[in-house]
Amino acid sequence: MTYVIAGSCIKDDSCIEVCPVDCIHPKPGAPDFETAEQLYIDPGLCIDCDACVEACPVDAIFADFEVPEKFAYALELNAEFFEESGTAERTAA
Amino acid sequence: MAAARVAIVGAGPAGAFAADRLLRARGDVEVDLFERLPTPWGLLRAGVAPDHQEIKRLDETFDQQTLGRGCRFFGDVEVGVDVSHDELMRHYTAVIYATGAQTDKSLGIPGEELAGSWPATEFVAWYNGHPDYRELQFDLSSRRAVVIGNGNVAADVTRMLTLSPAELEHTDVADHALEALRHSRVEDVAVLGRRGPAQAAFTSAELRELGRLDGVDLRVDADEVELDPLSQRWLAEQGTFTARKNVALLREFAARPPRSESRRAIVLRFLRSPVEIRGDGRVEAIDVRRNEIVQAGDGSLRPRPADEAVETIECGLVLRSVGYRAVPLPGVPFDERSFVLPNDGGRVLAAGGEPLPGVYAVGWIKRGPTGILGTNKRDAEETVACLAEDLAAGALPAPEHAGSEQIDALLAERKPELVTIDGWRAIDADELRNGREAGRPRVKLASRDELLAAAR
Repeated sequence: MTYVIAGSCIKDDSCIEVCPVDCIHPKPGAPDFETAEQLYIDPGLCIDCDACVEACPVDAIFADFEVPEKFAYALELNAEFFEESGTAERTAA
Repeated sequence: MAAARVAIVGAGPAGAFAADRLLRARGDVEVDLFERLPTPWGLLRAGVAPDHQEIKRLDETFDQQTLGRGCRFFGDVEVGVDVSHDELMRHYTAVIYATGAQTDKSLGIPGEELAGSWPATEFVAWYNGHPDYRELQFDLSSRRAVVIGNGNVAADVTRMLTLSPAELEHTDVADHALEALRHSRVEDVAVLGRRGPAQAAFTSAELRELGRLDGVDLRVDADEVELDPLSQRWLAEQGTFTARKNVALLREFAARPPRSESRRAIVLRFLRSPVEIRGDGRVEAIDVRRNEIVQAGDGSLRPRPADEAVETIECGLVLRSVGYRAVPLPGVPFDERSFVLPNDGGRVLAAGGEPLPGVYAVGWIKRGPTGILGTNKRDAEETVACLAEDLAAGALPAPEHAGSEQIDALLAERKPELVTIDGWRAIDADELRNGREAGRPRVKLASRDELLAAAR
């Protein structure tokens, strides 16, 4: 499974600070950070630890089987964000 | 005694993040948060839309990370009116301005001042229970409203005009606004963007939400969703993830069959610029012209009038949402071209370009009205790092009155009824209790008198 970030994300980067596997992007300083409307979790790397859920001040992060109906699109959206530039390339950059 | 005493002017998200970062960076610093309203958290309370309650939860973090760490709150105290900049400088080692952008940009077209034509920001402040806007009367008796702009404020006001009373009742929308919106006769809301779908400033989350409202038909013409060659190329080569999502969503919306059973409709219009708001004493119609996208000298894509044809859209309400703008603060330098405090990374600069010792800026008054809530956290980190560096370098001399007693005495004389943390907590508890009784997240006290009475 994976965690996913919904559109209510405020780009407070608390989740990035606590993620043990660095799977939340874009990170501050990345070229697409300022234009990103929210942060995304790479489902291929998420280890399901829930540290980001605890850290999020606006409860915008959900386990994939608990995503509320109004945010159902977020599952696909998070995955799609990493299709063009995955975490591996981002980390190498 | 504290190593330094810092005043933060403005208790919105930027001020709250600055207090948080400062208290974390320097445990030996005392922080006082000044706010002209009786309540803290600025646009989190008075800007974020009432149907986005999950975002308003950030107030708990602000409370714990600022007030919970010993930051003092001085509500209902206006810097520049009740206490001057020079007085603050005599009582604090440093002053951080976090006053935001308090007014709106104008369109500069005839008829903008007609009754029924409003800055969207005033509508937002009104429905969010900002005490200075409570008395406004929005005429919601005509069938059509027009929203000018394609950003998230435009999306917010469009939703507020189209949500059903039952949906609004589950939010903390101000009671006076709930009552007015309950009787609204607005059936359709036309949203005008001067550029095309690829340049719309909506986040894809906001756009998606507009297209999925219960009982609301979102209409967008397939022709207007078609991209011109320049935008097509830009989207393919440089388009952001959000811009590509927006275009895909708009194509999906344009292809949907109309939902005739809908209560209300939202009509998105692209490449349309308002040229005149018309009416006899009040708004009756708005004239718009069609634009085309051209490439400017700097490579950016801009709208330009495509022809002379004018389309008239009848309407009774116009909400102009084309951006916020900061206003100058008494006694502090102001950049009249960029509408910010002139600054370098948060250090406010004097006329000669050299830093003004002990004066800092954070948030919209520092960088202009851009970014979202979390942007202020990193912005605050930058400003606080400058302040901490100046402190460590001994660049900030002790003020004339270095203890807290003198500012306390001054405020006791000028604003004996100022709202402290306890006062704010009493307001908060009252609003939450009234909310529980009404089955709502919160029932806001929306006048200064009520707020101040609850704080006592």
